[in-house]
Amino acid sequence: MSAMEIIGAILLLIGSAFLFLGGLGIYRMPDTYNRLQAGTKATTLGAMSLILGVGFLEPSWMIKTLIIIIFIAYSNPISSHALARANYKRKHFPLILHGDVKEMDAYREVTEKEENKEEKK
Amino acid sequence: MTTIIYIALILMAFGMLLSFIRFVKGPNTADRTVALDTLTTIGTAALVLLGYMFHRYIYVDVALIYAVLGFIGVIVIARYLEGAL
Repeated sequence: MSAMEIIGAILLLIGSAFLFLGGLGIYRMPDTYNRLQAGTKATTLGAMSLILGVGFLEPSWMIKTLIIIIFIAYSNPISSHALARANYKRKHFPLILHGDVKEMDAYREVTEKEENKEEKK
Repeated sequence: MTTIIYIALILMAFGMLLSFIRFVKGPNTADRTVALDTLTTIGTAALVLLGYMFHRYIYVDVALIYAVLGFIGVIVIARYLEGAL
């Protein structure tokens, strides 16, 4: 095995482990926002690492794999942001255990204050 | 080398299975859409790895198109949930 193949194999194992952890996080997490965190961040790193590993194993495919990596690095955060925003606008607020208070959302207080100011004007 | 590819494929298959279970039984639409996004990303990586395994260059193009289409689908569903579509 040459050095490129060893680097490619290590990247392949790292990527597949992170993809499995992303699927496990999707299954185990209790809330939509937690699922977004686990599912999007872990699979972004996993897919980028695995596709780069294939690019190292087959050096003539490197340019197209780099194109896929750049596209994943752009598209995955955008889609997770759009999903979180849409879920928030449907009034599905995040549930956080904070002492006795079961629901704590700092962003909602800010938006309600802004709405009250606009109503007073 | 073949052993490493099989280990990677088995791990990715378990990840796809777990997110597919969430896709089937998720409590509301946003959970299902998150699971669909994860399935699309794992599927893109699996297509590239299968292309290396079978020595077919065309699978990389298919993976690129699949990533684009999955991204557009998730964005459209998110806009629909937001009420802007």
